[in-house]
Amino acid sequence: MSYIVSIGKYVGMIGQVFSKPERFKVYYTRTIAEIESIGINSAGIVAILSVFMGAVIALQTASNMDSPLLPKYTIGYITRSSTILEFSPTIISLILAGKVGSNIASEIGTMKVTEQIDALEIMGVNSLSFLVLPKIIAAVFFFPFLIIFSMGLSIMGGYYSVTASGLASHEEFVYGVRAFFKVSDIVYALVKTCVFAFIIVSVSSYYGYYTKGGALDVGRSSTQAVVWSSIVILLANFVLTQLILM
Amino acid sequence: MIEVKNLNKSFGENHVLHDFSAQFEAGKVNLIIGQSGQGKSVLTKCIVGLMEIDSGSVLYNDRDFSNMDRHERKEIRKEIGMLFQGSALFDSMTVEENIMFPLKMFTKMSKKEMLDRANFCLERVNLVGQNKLLPAECSGGMQKRVAIARAISMNPKYLFCDEPNSGLDPSTSILIDNLIQEITYEYNMTTVVITHDMNSVMEIGDHIVFIHNGRKWWQGTKEEIIRTENQEIIDFVYASKFMKSLKGKLA
Repeated sequence: MSYIVSIGKYVGMIGQVFSKPERFKVYYTRTIAEIESIGINSAGIVAILSVFMGAVIALQTASNMDSPLLPKYTIGYITRSSTILEFSPTIISLILAGKVGSNIASEIGTMKVTEQIDALEIMGVNSLSFLVLPKIIAAVFFFPFLIIFSMGLSIMGGYYSVTASGLASHEEFVYGVRAFFKVSDIVYALVKTCVFAFIIVSVSSYYGYYTKGGALDVGRSSTQAVVWSSIVILLANFVLTQLILM
Repeated sequence: MIEVKNLNKSFGENHVLHDFSAQFEAGKVNLIIGQSGQGKSVLTKCIVGLMEIDSGSVLYNDRDFSNMDRHERKEIRKEIGMLFQGSALFDSMTVEENIMFPLKMFTKMSKKEMLDRANFCLERVNLVGQNKLLPAECSGGMQKRVAIARAISMNPKYLFCDEPNSGLDPSTSILIDNLIQEITYEYNMTTVVITHDMNSVMEIGDHIVFIHNGRKWWQGTKEEIIRTENQEIIDFVYASKFMKSLKGKLA
């Protein structure tokens, strides 16, 4: 029963988030600030994770290729496909759910328990729209760039790991990366990323906004935000894969 | 003037406010006093619309706030300033940005006009030159004064103060009280202050409402409250040994 109530509250929240903003200029400034805060500031962790993720995918693929009939370019092909279709959009989004989601929930949760949200409401500001809409726009706009960045670094990580260890040559790996390439795979990955970005921000904002109590409850909301964002991302991943690829 | 008529508010089985009615006049500092847990903060949140009421009505100069939709309420809220117990300053913004925030959101002032207004408000609360400080760099008293400056930046008709003296030393408390009183008279605002600080009651209370068990128990002036024979008020006003001894001497 409580889940149904929560879903109802979440839908109501989304309705309020997308109501007409009071002042476009203020929202525009906030959106730019959010792009920096939740997008650009996440580039470092995305870069480190992507390089090592790609390196491990390539090495594991190489180590599992027992048959001499399999061409070496398969390593590059599998690294590219796994990275573009699944690892970059989904795993990086799950990591961002942890980093960005907890940050959003604790920021909004702290504003709630320190009455800053009440102060906004008293002034006549639609607090949900003011706080959440710029974050959603920033994430949906910028996360695809982060994921493209991640794809590139991940393939690069794979390339260096197999060429340095002598498991495949430069030509073999690059041929594999370019083999059977479909633009629709990139489109599928970016559509998923936009949906995941929306989920991360909206679910985390929901838990932050409806925080009640004090510091302990802000921490609890932050944890719940990460847990539920991750679960909803995995569910959405399944549904989107069925809808787009099948 | 703000008029509250037969206001009821419950949380599940817990009936917090019972048929509460009161009038808060313009140009006066109206105090709502009572022990902790009697419903003072809930009453204020109901009056300003942060909580929905179960029944009754709240009228701002005869405009029925309780029956308005979100957009109509928004217009009334632009006429309301509120000083929160913990100041509720936006901690990512400087003092100046905090004061300019409502102006940015709801007026078409140029940046220079907004800065002039912010400086005027800061001067009014004796904080000239503190524009660039962050709330975390301000003392408790300074934060309250910045919150008052933000509350008056839009020239509100109604000012609500939720325990403005909590966490402040006695001399800073009196400073804040006097500031609230001065701006109330200066701008002819309807000011409602929630407090359980007897110093505030005696310092600035033009009209006092005593709330007990969610009901309006008594109302009067600060002169009347020290002479009342109402036992609940006597228990509240003369709670400390010092005040009891004072009452003995007065008697």
